[in-house]
This record gives sequence, C-alpha cells and structure tokens, in this order.
Amino acid sequence: MINKFSESLEQAIAGIPDGAVVLIGGFGGAGMPTELIHALIDQGARELTVVNNNAGNHETGLAALLKAGRVRKIICSFPKSSHSWVFSELYSQGRIELECVPQGTIAARLQAGGSGLGGIYTPTAYGTALAEGKETREIDGRHYVFELPIKGDFALVKAEKADRWGNLVYNKTQRNFGPVMCTAAKTTIVQVRECVELGALDPETIVTPGIFVDRVVEVPNPELSS
Amino acid sequence: MIKKRSRQEMARRLAADIPAGSYVNIGIGMPELVAGFLRPEDEIILHSENGILGMGPPPPAGEEDPELINAGKKPVTLLTGGAYFDHVTSFTIMRGGRLDLCIMGGMQVSEKGDLANWSLGRPGEPPAVGGAMDLAVGARQVYILMEHVTRDGGPKLLRECTLPLTGRGVVSRIYTDLAVLEVTPEGLQVLDMVDGLSLEALQQQTEARVYCIR
Repeated sequence: MINKFSESLEQAIAGIPDGAVVLIGGFGGAGMPTELIHALIDQGARELTVVNNNAGNHETGLAALLKAGRVRKIICSFPKSSHSWVFSELYSQGRIELECVPQGTIAARLQAGGSGLGGIYTPTAYGTALAEGKETREIDGRHYVFELPIKGDFALVKAEKADRWGNLVYNKTQRNFGPVMCTAAKTTIVQVRECVELGALDPETIVTPGIFVDRVVEVPNPELSS
Repeated sequence: MIKKRSRQEMARRLAADIPAGSYVNIGIGMPELVAGFLRPEDEIILHSENGILGMGPPPPAGEEDPELINAGKKPVTLLTGGAYFDHVTSFTIMRGGRLDLCIMGGMQVSEKGDLANWSLGRPGEPPAVGGAMDLAVGARQVYILMEHVTRDGGPKLLRECTLPLTGRGVVSRIYTDLAVLEVTPEGLQVLDMVDGLSLEALQQQTEARVYCIR
C-alpha cells in the first residue's frame, strides 16, 4: 500500500543533507511552506542552496532559514521588499551568494529540470546585464539566451489537500511555483492543510499527480504571512 | 503656464487607449492606477504573473486572503470568470505573446524603445528583476507610464539608456505627464501633448528626438 503521509513535520523533513539544493515554493507569503521550513531549521542542514521567487520577509519561513545562517546561496528573481531586512543584511555583509534570475526563467529552468531537458533558449534578458557571458542564439530572426536547467535535491511545497498517493490540489495563488517545483526535485515534500481519503479528490481537478510527490504532512492551521 | 497631467490623469489617458476585451498585465506602482479607469463592460482582463487571469480590485478591509495576492503581494480578488494557474502557465501566457498589453513604470526609455526600469545599477545593491524582463519581451505592446523628466528635471526619454536595460526595442508607447509618444524608426512621435505645450518646449525636456505629424 502506497502511503506518502508522514506522521510529523520532523519525519517529513528528515534526510536533507548539508549542501543540498532545496526548491522552496511560494510567491511572497502565498504558498510558502512555512512549517516545513521551520522544521528544516530544527533539522539542522547547512550550506543549502535555495531556489525561491523571493528572499524571505519579516523573520519567519524563508527569512528565518536565512537568519539561522543555513543558506549559502539563493537563486531568486526579486530579493527586495519592504520586509526583506534579513536577506539585505546578509547580502551587504557578503554572507550569502545571490543569483538573480528573471521570474519566468526560473519557471522555465525548473520545467527543464523536471522534464528531462538539457536547458532552454529564452528571449528574456537578451541584451541585458543578466545575460552577460551567456551563450546566445538567433532563431527565426529573434535572439535567445541559453539557460541551464534547475534541479533540486529536495522541494518543499505547500498545497491545500493531498491524498495518500500524493495527488495535490492548491488554493488560489498559493499554487505559483508549487507544481513545477514538485517535478524538479529528487524528493518532494509537501505540507497540506488537509489530508483526504484516496478518491476524495476529483481526478479532473488534481493539479499535481502524486508521481511527483514523495512525502505529505498535514498542517491544518498554517501560519499565513505576506 | 503649462498644466502637467496628474498621475490620475496620466492613468486615465492610458486607460482610454486600451481596446475592450484586451488581456493586460499591469505592473507595480503608478500603473496600478490604470485599473481604476477601466470600464467593467469593456471586459479588459487583467493578468497577474503569480497566476491570475481576471484579477479584481482589492477586497474590503477584513476580507483579505493571504493566499490571493497580486504580483505586488497585495490582497486582491478574482472576478467571475477568472482563473488561477501556476508559474509555468503564467509565463507561457507572457513569453508566448498572449498578452495584448503590459503597462510598466519606467526609469528611462530610449528613442529605439529600449527600456530601463529594474535597476539603478548601484554597486552593493542586490539585483531584483522579478517578471519585468519577461513582460518586456513577451507582451505584444509595452506601454510605459512615467513622469517625463526626473525629479531634478533631467531627461528620462533618451537617445540611449544609461541605466541597466530591462529589454531592447521593446517599448511601443510612453505616457507621461506632458505627452503621449509612440516609438517609431524616426524617433518618438507625439500623439498628444498637454494644452499650451509646443513641440520645441517638449523637445527641450526630451533628449530623444520627438516629432509631430501635422
């Protein structure tokens, strides 16, 4: 019997080694798997490379992981906000490496990583500082920049509901990077507000099929932040 | 005495040019004002890059949902007929050329339509681009809503941008507090100007070449 439900956050997060590449879902606070990130802080892995759209806000979730000094490098599109003081301080002190990637290029690189492609050619960033030193190619009169896939050792994702096979549905704009990150990691760990019986999810509405999901943990009242 | 357009007037002027039924992405900042001038009966559908088509106005106080936010991470609503989707789909919409229009703020625009609006290029400041470069290359039309000159009175419409570029040759039109200008191979064509402003006076505040078709 397949049962991807974990008994606890601790069990769900177990086995992430130092130096791992961790894909973390969320756009700002929407879809951020805050409780999984806090469990990762307790678990203790260090020298992580994190992929997220942002670089954390206030001092919870991703910002707390940064503040705990666990992240060596962050790949994101937009590390600045009015509440991103944890990242800003680490960056100004040279204690964290930043790879700034256009938002759609993060999505496309993850898609390449998850779907077995060796990279992508994107028109985004052509002729800008973010394409400096990168291979370019003209295809049908348009200029493109070559970008490598992003693959994660682990993905931490938040969804609304899951069954024991790991099928997922999401809630509103919580979805964002979740589905593509589930495809791009060797081990995908998902926190959901509700675990449901097999068969309770309408097969026509399942967004992430369970084949992309390894562990699921129920967090009925997650912390929600902006 | 020339009366410049207020931010609201600039937004209203731009909104008047959006055809009914358009799919539009509205950027963070001044462009957000445009949404207030759209007529519901025109069914202009707003896209938000974090996964919304049919984005509605902010909810009443107390009804905010932290899992329903826009690209600026502010609470919004979904209109009847709207849809949620993931980032791959959202940027397929953007890069795939499905958006009729995107409206962004600008720091500098060149007469060739180069856009600089993501970085002041100051050393030590972390780069942060978000979805601006994807919108710049992906939307069919890119309209820039910005003041005509800098706070110090310096030109923002230039022969060549001096700030880091967001995209090359991507801007179609610029809506400023003085004029509406179309990017053309001959320079910036003035579509309209505020009352009492002469082409010569406009050119004095514009490094890029401007011209009128009379």
